[in-house]
Amino acid sequence: MAETTVTHINPTAQRPEGWQGIAADWASDQRAFKNVSWGKAMMWIFLLSDTFIFGCFLLSYMTARMSTRVPWPNPSEVFALNIGGAEIPLILIAIMTFVLISSSGTMAMAVNFGYRHDRRKTAILMLLTAALGATFVGMQAFEWTKLITEGVRPWGNPWGAAQFGSTFFMITGFHGTHVTIGVIFLIITARKVWRGDYDTARKGFFTSRKGNYESVEIMGLYWHFVDLVWVFIFAFFYLW
Amino acid sequence: MVDVTPGSVGPIPPAEVAEMELYHPHSWWTKYVFSQDAKVIAIQYSCTALAIGLVALVLSWLMRLQLGFPGTFDFITPEAYYQFITMHGMIMVIYLLTALFLGGFGNYLIPLMVGARDMVFPYVNMLSYWIYLLAVLLLVAGFFAPGGPTGAGWTLYPPQAIMAGTPGGEDWGIIVMLSSLILFIIGFTMGGLNYVVTVLQGRTRGMTLMRMPLTVWGIFTATVMALLAFPALFVACVMMLLDRVLGTSFFMPAIVEMGEQLQHSGGSPILFQHLFWFFGHPEVYIVALPAFGIVSDLISTHARKNIFGYRMMVWAIVGIGALSFVVWAHHMYVSGMHPYFGFFFATTTLIIAIPTAIKVYNWVLTLWRGDIHLTIPMLFALGFIVTFVNGGLTGLFLGNVVVDVPLSDTMFVVAHFHMVMGVAPIMVIFGAIYHWYPKVTGRMLNHAMGMFHFWVTFVGAYLIFFPMHYLGLMGVPRRYNELSDMGLIGESAHHLNAFISIMAFIVGFAQLVFLFNLIWSIRHGKEAGGNPWRATTLEWQTAHTPPTHGNFGKELPIVYRWAYDYSVPGAKEDFIPQNEPGSFGPSREPA
Repeated sequence: MAETTVTHINPTAQRPEGWQGIAADWASDQRAFKNVSWGKAMMWIFLLSDTFIFGCFLLSYMTARMSTRVPWPNPSEVFALNIGGAEIPLILIAIMTFVLISSSGTMAMAVNFGYRHDRRKTAILMLLTAALGATFVGMQAFEWTKLITEGVRPWGNPWGAAQFGSTFFMITGFHGTHVTIGVIFLIITARKVWRGDYDTARKGFFTSRKGNYESVEIMGLYWHFVDLVWVFIFAFFYLW
Repeated sequence: MVDVTPGSVGPIPPAEVAEMELYHPHSWWTKYVFSQDAKVIAIQYSCTALAIGLVALVLSWLMRLQLGFPGTFDFITPEAYYQFITMHGMIMVIYLLTALFLGGFGNYLIPLMVGARDMVFPYVNMLSYWIYLLAVLLLVAGFFAPGGPTGAGWTLYPPQAIMAGTPGGEDWGIIVMLSSLILFIIGFTMGGLNYVVTVLQGRTRGMTLMRMPLTVWGIFTATVMALLAFPALFVACVMMLLDRVLGTSFFMPAIVEMGEQLQHSGGSPILFQHLFWFFGHPEVYIVALPAFGIVSDLISTHARKNIFGYRMMVWAIVGIGALSFVVWAHHMYVSGMHPYFGFFFATTTLIIAIPTAIKVYNWVLTLWRGDIHLTIPMLFALGFIVTFVNGGLTGLFLGNVVVDVPLSDTMFVVAHFHMVMGVAPIMVIFGAIYHWYPKVTGRMLNHAMGMFHFWVTFVGAYLIFFPMHYLGLMGVPRRYNELSDMGLIGESAHHLNAFISIMAFIVGFAQLVFLFNLIWSIRHGKEAGGNPWRATTLEWQTAHTPPTHGNFGKELPIVYRWAYDYSVPGAKEDFIPQNEPGSFGPSREPA
């Protein structure tokens, strides 16, 4: 966003002390967050709301897992791959996590190049991020296929509590949907960057609103959030 | 530029959106149908909410027909009765009250009152309405689905909600209901983000948070709460949908039905209750806080006096909002929870009464020695205070575990929540419509019809819901479609039920008069002028009535004072608009 300008400061004004000062700052003129644009504020608040959704999903899963009277399948065994005759626990998840976390790195670089108006590098890095995200979803599809062929269903599985399959498919499915939506929007934003929409102030097709390179950062906020959620799913579902 | 804040002016950000050209309507369709103007969206929201609310009103008549005169109407089978009760509750709480307060009043008033041209992201705001409309249509589709709508009760408790014995449980009813709720939440989130960011980031010069009218504070806090509470309902809906469609067992324990073991096992119905009420209790305040805010402004304006204890009012709103997230399990005392949990939730429930009581005292103190004009908005505001205190006090009864356990699932509970979150917020909605209708249409609502509407509604609502407390104390259970053979219920309960039913029809009829007034006055109402109530807030200071696209003319207003400068000694008029510069003697604005 454009620079903010200080037009008027009253030198005699008394700033209140302590908590009153904090409240006064938050409540001050026009904006609660002084250097945050509308779009960015909106994304942050959306992510807060989305946190509650994932929080409820994970808490429900934990409730199911802690209160179950039948054995819970052992994640180390269920999520092991047989590579070269050896059972390697959690190897696929390790790779998936590595891929997704790496995509956060490329996303951060894209944001940086975006603010330098380096269209080529920004677009390439965003597409790379999208590719890593798509790889993640692809590996998740592979994992789902593997579990389904082994007999895991949302309503039951061969090893124990039925809630294992239901929570697994629901939570990874919901997260995978988030990643997929992210990939789609990454590609859309990358195209806009590539075409130079943000330099020519071209209006959005649906919103008829002019964009700017901050869109890359807002996209990045969402992407990092999806990665962060994955860390929690990874910890609570696979490592528990 | 003039120094407009009490302290100093900080950095001034540049205009985020280069004036209004970007979403200016270019055709009839984009002006009136697919409009991105928050005011048009607000009217669309309000009309849709009132239309579906009318359906819920008719459903309540059908229920009262059965309760008042059991056995007289053959078409009201026990199944149909459950369907009516479920749809009535769901529509009233979510599709009418939530949508009307936040989608309707929020959209219309937030940009105007904080001095913004529009919501921060009008396109998303428009999508919000269309998804809401889709949710409403889907809900209505439930009536035409095979097996009819769900009859699980508005709380949709599993396991019965998705089992064969409940209407719609094994048919389409529950699926349609859950899908509609999921859509509603998605649509609401789109609008809610707009309301919150507009208040936080889109205010005009001089409009500090502590100068905002309490209406905006109420709607803002309620929206923040909704954004944090609806996720729990969303998750509960998704999980129950999976239970019903895919046969998972999130909420379904092992069940033997008609001698046959069902497929489910190991799920927790209590988990659903927790998720539902983690949404459900904040929902009470999502409806109540906008009402609190609006009623504060109505009382101040129509008593020509500044609101008493503005700062305290703001902190009470915020405090109630925060506390309402830690009281949810008081809806679940009979679910068999640990006594310590009951103790905790009873304590928090009683604590939340403190900020609420502060608000009531402040309203009353605002009236004290005020120049009270008994206009129709004022009458409704007074009616709100009475019904709200009444419903709030019975809430203290039900918040205590030992009192709640015998009263739970009786008509006492029905009386309590209808009084506190049915009648009271509806009173505010009516008051607000009478108050802002002149701004929306340029004409006043008819006064005689308004008087009739108020008195019949207020007295009638009391005659409906006050006797219900006694029914509850007599042990009349809720959700029973008839009492005929219950020995423990005395004969008098039947007479009382018949009386309540007749009152319900009369009050319902008064609402039709109100709807007629709404339509009739568009053409035949008295010309209102720009500021008929001589109010201070920015929406009354617009150059045009109704305000044009972009709300304010070429220049956004600059705010020099709080919203409550009424009857300031030394001022020419008994009100000073917020955008009026200069000093007029002792304002009571908190420094």
